[in-house]
Amino acid sequence: MNEPIIEVKHLSKKFGNFEAVKDVSFTVNKGDVFGFLGPNGAGKSTTIRCLLSLISPNAGSIAIFGKQLASHRSQILNNIGCIIEKPDFYRYLSAEKNLEIFARISGSDSTKKDIQEMLEFVGLDGRGKDKVKGFSHGMKQRLGIAQTLLHKPDLIILDEPTTGLDPQGIIEVRNLILRLKTEQNKTVVLSSHQLSEIEIIANRMVIINKGKSVIEGSVESLVNEQELLLQIELSDAENAIKVIGMEYPTLKVKHLYGSTIEIALEKELVPKINYLLVNKGFEIHSLEPKRKLEDFFMKIIQE
Amino acid sequence: MLLKNTYNEFIKIIAKPRSYIGLAVLTALILVILFAMKADGSSYISFVTSSFEQTLSFNGNILNGNLIAFIILQMLIVHIPLLVALVTGDLISGEAAMGTIRMLATKPISRTKIVLSKFIAGAVYTLILTIWLAFLALVVVKWMFGSGDMIVLNSNGLVILQESDIFWRYGCSFIVAYLALLTVSSLSICLSAFAENSIGPIVTTMGIIILFTIIGSLDVTVFDSIKKFLFTTHMASWRSFFEDPINLKDIWQSILILIVHNILFVVIAVLKFNKKDITS
Repeated sequence: MNEPIIEVKHLSKKFGNFEAVKDVSFTVNKGDVFGFLGPNGAGKSTTIRCLLSLISPNAGSIAIFGKQLASHRSQILNNIGCIIEKPDFYRYLSAEKNLEIFARISGSDSTKKDIQEMLEFVGLDGRGKDKVKGFSHGMKQRLGIAQTLLHKPDLIILDEPTTGLDPQGIIEVRNLILRLKTEQNKTVVLSSHQLSEIEIIANRMVIINKGKSVIEGSVESLVNEQELLLQIELSDAENAIKVIGMEYPTLKVKHLYGSTIEIALEKELVPKINYLLVNKGFEIHSLEPKRKLEDFFMKIIQE
Repeated sequence: MLLKNTYNEFIKIIAKPRSYIGLAVLTALILVILFAMKADGSSYISFVTSSFEQTLSFNGNILNGNLIAFIILQMLIVHIPLLVALVTGDLISGEAAMGTIRMLATKPISRTKIVLSKFIAGAVYTLILTIWLAFLALVVVKWMFGSGDMIVLNSNGLVILQESDIFWRYGCSFIVAYLALLTVSSLSICLSAFAENSIGPIVTTMGIIILFTIIGSLDVTVFDSIKKFLFTTHMASWRSFFEDPINLKDIWQSILILIVHNILFVVIAVLKFNKKDITS
C-alpha cells in the first residue's frame, strides 16, 4: 500500500496582486521519484519553496511525513535534504567547512569521516580543502548533493538540479538520483525542465500550469494514454504512404522529411505495418516509436 | 541549536576578509594619532591649556597616555560605528545576496534562532573591536607616552583627575562605549533583515547615525522632546565618567535607552525575518 510522504492540498500563494500559485494539489508516496513539471512561471519554484517553508502559503495545507508543516517545521525539515535552483555556498570557506556548517544545523552527528565519505560519494574526493570560490558549477552542484545527503534524510527535494550542467554532469546527477532510489530507497521530488530526464528517472509526476496542478499520475500510464507516433525511415517514402493508405485508410500518415514518414496508430499495429512494408519490398532503415513525455507535456499545457 | 549556529556564525566572521578591515583600520587610525601626538602633541596641548595659563600652572607630563587615550576615544567613537556596520550589516543580507540564506532557512533551525545567533555573533565581534581599541588606547599608548594625572576639558571647565583615579573610569567608559557600539551593531543587523544586499544596511546605518546626530546637535526646540530618545544622543555617554562629580543618573538613563534600542532592534529583526518570504 502506498504511504504518502507529501500531501499538498489546494495550495495558493500571492505576491502582492500576482497569484503565483492558485490551486496546487498532489501526493508523493514513499519511495517515489516524483517529477514536478511545468513551464517557466507555472509556480513550480514557489510550490517547492512552500514545501521547504521558505515561503508561507496564503491558503491550502502541506503535510509531510504525516505532519502539518506549519506546526512541525523543524521536525519535518530535520528529515529533508534539498537543493533549490542552484546550491550556494560560503565561497570563502572550503568544501569541508561548508559541509560542517550545514551538518551542524541539520541535526546530524556527521563526523569528518562522514564528510570525507560523502565528498567521495559525489566525486569530490581530494577537493575538500579547496575553497568553494574556485569550484565550477558542476562541482558546486555535486557539493550541493553532498550537503543534501549528509544528514541522511528520507526525503530529497531537488529543484532544477541539472541546470547549467554539461552533458556528463547531467548524466552523473541522473545516475546519482537513481542510486538514491535503488540503493537507499529515498523518496525524491525532482523539478526539472529536462522532460527526458523526468521520463527516465521518475515513476510518478504532476504537471502544473498557470499556478494549478493539471494532471498527476504514473509517468508510464500518462505517457501511454496518448496516441503513438511511429517514425519510419525507408527506401521510398511517397509510395509507402500510398501502400499504407490503401491497406489502412483510417490511419493518418504524413511525409515528415527526406525518406521518413510518420504514422499515428495503436501500438498493436506496429508489427503489422512493418510486415506490410517489408512484404511490399520496401527497405526499412529505422522504425522508431515517438510516444514521448515531451509530446504529452506540450499537449497538456496547450489545452 | 542556537549555540551551534552561533558557532557557525563565528566561523563565517573569522573567514571573511572584511572582518579584519575594522581591526586594521582601527590600528592604522590610532597609529596616525600617535604619530601626530609624538610629532606635535605639545602644541596640541598648549592650544587647550593656553587659556588657563594665566591662572594655573601646569607641571609634569600632561601629554601622557591617559590623556591621549581619551583623545583617541573621542576621535574614533564617530568612526568605529562604520567599522562595526561593515561586518554586522552583512550578516543577514550578505547571506541573501550569496544565496546561502535558502540553505540556512531549509535547515531544522527556527528563523528566530538564526537571527539571534547573528545578533550574538555581531555582539562578540563588536566586543572584540572594543577590546582591541581599549588595548591600543590603554596599553600601547601608555607604554609609549607613560602615565600621569589627566586633564579633561568639558562644558563645565577643566577637570583634573589623579592618576590613581583614572583606570576604573576607563573601564566603565569602555563598557558604555561598547553598549553604544552594540546598538549600532543591532541596528545594522536589523536593517540587514530587510535587505537583499550588504551595501544597503551599511549605508542606511551610517545615514541614520548622521541624521540623528544632526538632529541631536541642532539647538531647535522642535527637536528637544525627541533628542533624549535618540540612541546617538547617548553614544558619547562614556565621557560622563571623566566628569567630577560623575552624574550617575544621566549615565544610567543612557544605558537604559541604549538597552531598550537594542531590544527593539532585535525584536523588529526577528519579526521581520520570521515573516519574510525567501525568494532570492
